[in-house]
Amino acid sequence: MEMLIDIVLFSMMVATALAIVRLRSLFAVVMLAGVFSLLSALLLVTLDAVDVAFTEAAVGAGISTVLMLSTLALTSRSEQPSAKAGLTPLLVVLVTGAALVYGTLDMPSFGDPNAPATTHVAPDYLERSQHEIGVPNVVTAILASYRGFDTLGETGVVFTAGIGVLLLISGLRRRRRQKGEEE
Amino acid sequence: MTAEFDLPFILGHVNYWLFIVLMMTGLYIVVAKGNLVKKIVGLNIFQTAVFMLYISVGKVSGGTAPIFPTDMNVDPNVVYSNPLPHVLILTAIVVGIATTSLGLALIVRIREQFGTIEEEGIYQIERDMAAEEYRLHSELMSERR
Amino acid sequence: MIRHHLILRVVTKLLIGPIMLFALYVQFHGDYSPGGGFQAGVIMAVAFIIYGVVFGLATVQQVLPPWLVHKLLALGVIIYAGTGFASLFLGYAYLDYGAFSPAHPEHGQHWGILAVELGVGITVTGVMVAVYYAFAARTPMLSDEDW
Repeated sequence: MEMLIDIVLFSMMVATALAIVRLRSLFAVVMLAGVFSLLSALLLVTLDAVDVAFTEAAVGAGISTVLMLSTLALTSRSEQPSAKAGLTPLLVVLVTGAALVYGTLDMPSFGDPNAPATTHVAPDYLERSQHEIGVPNVVTAILASYRGFDTLGETGVVFTAGIGVLLLISGLRRRRRQKGEEE
Repeated sequence: MTAEFDLPFILGHVNYWLFIVLMMTGLYIVVAKGNLVKKIVGLNIFQTAVFMLYISVGKVSGGTAPIFPTDMNVDPNVVYSNPLPHVLILTAIVVGIATTSLGLALIVRIREQFGTIEEEGIYQIERDMAAEEYRLHSELMSERR
Repeated sequence: MIRHHLILRVVTKLLIGPIMLFALYVQFHGDYSPGGGFQAGVIMAVAFIIYGVVFGLATVQQVLPPWLVHKLLALGVIIYAGTGFASLFLGYAYLDYGAFSPAHPEHGQHWGILAVELGVGITVTGVMVAVYYAFAARTPMLSDEDW
C-alpha cells in the first residue's frame, strides 16, 4: 500500500518537473513549483518526517510562491525561446546522474534498520532525550538542545540573508542618501 | 563492488534512483534554460530532491515518526525513524527559502540594470559594454601617442 | 484596484485570526507535536503577507511598520544568543539549559527550548515579512488583465 502511494506521488512529481522544463509561461512555472513542493511534503509524510513535511508545505507552497510572483511582477511574465541549447546540457545531466547512481550502489537498502546512519547517534538521541530533555518531540529536543549551536548558526544565516535582501532592493540606502543630499 | 542486481537490491535502491531522476531534472533546468527565474525554480527542485534523498536515508522500515506519547511512557517495542536527518533538513528548508529570496532580489536588480532576465541578453549587453570600453581605451591611447 | 475583490477580502479577514492562532499553537506546542520556531515563524509571516496581498502594502504597514520588522529581525537572534549568554553567566556551558533550573535539569531544558524557539520564530517572521515588504514596495500596481 505504502509502495503504491510512493509510486503515485513520484510519477506526479516527475510529471510536474517535466512540465516545468517545457512551459514558457513563468506564471505557470511558479504555480507548478508550488504543486511540486506540496507533493514533496506528502512524500515526506510517508517517510515519517512530519516536521519536515510541515515546514516544506508552509515554506514551499506559501512564502516562496508569493516571492516568485512578486519577482515576476517586477521582471517579465514569459521565458524567451533561447538559442539552441544543444546536447551538452543533456550530456552533463546524464553523466552526473550516472555517477550518482553508481554512488548509491554501495548504500544500504531503503529502511534497513542496521544501516550505519541509524545505528550510531540516532538510537543514542532517542534513548537519552527521554530522561535528559523530557520532551516528546525528539526532533525539537535535538534541534534546540543537543544541536543548539547548529540552529544558532542557521538562524544567523537566515538573518544574514534577510539583511542581504534589504540592502539589495529595499532602497534603504537610497532614501538615506537622498536625505543626506537635502541637508 | 559486489552488488548483486537481484530483486531485493533493486527494490531497496529504486527510491534513491528516483530521487536522482528528480535531482537531474532540476539540474537540467539550471544548465539548459536561459531565464533566471526558471533557473531558480530548477535549483529549488534540485534542492527538494536532495532533501528527500537525505530523509529517506533516515527511514527505518516499520518505524514511525520520532514523537513520543505525551505522557512519556515510551514503549520500548516501538521503532522510531532516525530523527537526526529531520533536524538537519528542517533548518535547511528555511535557510533555502532565505537564500532563494536573496537570489530573487539579485534578479530584480539585474533586470533594473540590464532590462532583461535572459542569460543571452545579459551576455550580449556585457559584450557590447566591453567592446565600447576597449574602443574608448584604444582611442585614448592613440591620442596620447 | 482592490475594491472589487469582495469575496477575497471577506475570506481573508476571517482567515487571518485563525492563522495567527495556529502559528502561536505551533510555536509553543512544538515540544509535544510537530512544529517549532521555524514553522511558526513562516505561518505568522503568512498571516501578514496575505493581509498585504489582498488589502495593499500601505494597510499592512500600518499594522506592522517596516522599522519594527527590521528591529524584530535582530531581536530574534539576540534572544537566541542571549539565552546562551544567560546560561554562561549562571556558570554553565554556552546554551546548556540545565542552568535555568539546577535542581530539575529537565525543567531547565523546557525553559531553554521555549526561549530558543521563540528567538527562531521571531527572526524567521521578521525575515519573511521584511523580504515581502522589500519586493512589494517595488511592485507597480497591476491590473488583473496583466496576468
